[in-house]
Amino acid sequence: MRRPGAAARARPEIVPVKSHHSVAGQFGWQVISFVFFFGAWELAGRWPISAAFPPFSQTLLALGEMIADGSLARAYASTLQPLVIGIALCGIAGVGFGIAMGLSRTVEWLTLPIFIILQAAPMAAIIPLITYLYGIGLTAKVLAVVFLAAPVIVMNSYKGIRNTNPSLIQMCRAFLGTRRQEVLKIILPYAAALIFTGLRLGLAMGFIGVVIAELLITPTGIGDLITYNSSVAEYPRMFATIASLVAVAALTLNGLERVERALFPPEIRGT
Amino acid sequence: MTMPDDTIVEVRGVGKLYEGGVEALRGVTLAFPRGRLSTLLGPSGCGKTTLLKIIAGLIRPNAGEIRVNGRRVEGPGPERAFVFQDFALLPWASVLRNVAFGLELRGVPPEQRHEIARRQIAEVGLGGFESSYPNQLSGGMKQRVGLARALAVDADIILMDEPFSSVDEQTRRKFQEDLLDLLEHRRKTVIFVTHSIEEAAYLSDQIVLLSPRPGTVSRIIRPEIERGKGPDEIRRDRRYLDTVDEIWQILKQYVA
Repeated sequence: MRRPGAAARARPEIVPVKSHHSVAGQFGWQVISFVFFFGAWELAGRWPISAAFPPFSQTLLALGEMIADGSLARAYASTLQPLVIGIALCGIAGVGFGIAMGLSRTVEWLTLPIFIILQAAPMAAIIPLITYLYGIGLTAKVLAVVFLAAPVIVMNSYKGIRNTNPSLIQMCRAFLGTRRQEVLKIILPYAAALIFTGLRLGLAMGFIGVVIAELLITPTGIGDLITYNSSVAEYPRMFATIASLVAVAALTLNGLERVERALFPPEIRGT
Repeated sequence: MTMPDDTIVEVRGVGKLYEGGVEALRGVTLAFPRGRLSTLLGPSGCGKTTLLKIIAGLIRPNAGEIRVNGRRVEGPGPERAFVFQDFALLPWASVLRNVAFGLELRGVPPEQRHEIARRQIAEVGLGGFESSYPNQLSGGMKQRVGLARALAVDADIILMDEPFSSVDEQTRRKFQEDLLDLLEHRRKTVIFVTHSIEEAAYLSDQIVLLSPRPGTVSRIIRPEIERGKGPDEIRRDRRYLDTVDEIWQILKQYVA
């Protein structure tokens, strides 16, 4: 959003934008840290710590096989389905609900306690109850995602709305803004960054939810690969699945964080 | 110097009691002359900002009323514009959009409001910064944006809430001089809240001294300093120095 021209024209009064770390140096350290981690894994596997703990090289090999025979892709296709549906539901209903809570005292009074409790509760414990009520199908898994992701999404939207700088709201009223303009031109833009953060954190919770559902409800997708390979003592394949899951989640969330920084750079964020 | 019919803002018996029992103002009655700069001066917590926001229509008084041009105030109005202590700029909007924001809220079409905003930006000395964002500006520049926004809606009365309190001393002095210049051309009525005695004496045609909580009018002083002279001369002027001393003698008793 920043225009380079403005900085070039800057008079001495302008506050300098903080300098960035050397990107190359940072990248070098990341490589060293990965080499160190995978090296330690390889050594630990060859020691061996346990018969069930394969070295990094075997795990990587197993990962290659599973990518080649398509089993990993099939597993992800089936795992991502409830995750995407669940996050989409939360994205629409959860954000809407959070905004309503932030704007209306009545909605806030009625529902805030529920979400505070849901946010604090260990949601994994509710999953057996979901199975009891909704069986073992897609509905139950979507619900598991929603239950884990919704609280953080709703609460972030709510807090974003409620934390709007009161001085900006007063400014809007002083310049004869209507309530509608206040919401559209001040409150929503102010809360946008926090709402997006909520969606990102919600997705992180959704990953947890869907994996727990696949491990606890019915083994499908990624959960099935983990459970099955563990039961037939194919430990390299089991670890490869787990490692791939960690990588997918980490890369997705990191990517979203970058999108967030690009959309809402700290300089123009209200918060 | 001022005749009663030249009054633009009247404060009649205004009292304000906040929830929780804090009495900010009690029985404040005042008149503000048209086309002049009046300051509200007093120790912190005397309710001067509360009084200014009541005049703005942003806070409702528990007692009394405000009349602007003889008409009772029920809320904010087009004839009053506010300059905020913390600037209240939209961080995601350029200087141009921020200055034009008051007009945007009134539904003025973009070309028209941007043209007005550009003029105001130039007038407060920020030409060339139209596409900058508030975080790229210093405190003094941000407050110029706040002032330009208030000027852009062309209100007769400009209400300023300690506009220079978060600005360094050099910038403050420069800004004060610019403000006086600007007012000479535009014939605006300005009501200005400050806790700086020097600032009040330097800028004002009328100084309203408020007592500590609950705020009541303690004294009204009209410095009648000759405005024709340069700023440095004014600061050495007998009347200016006497005014500063007079105010200090009154305020001294409120300092614990």
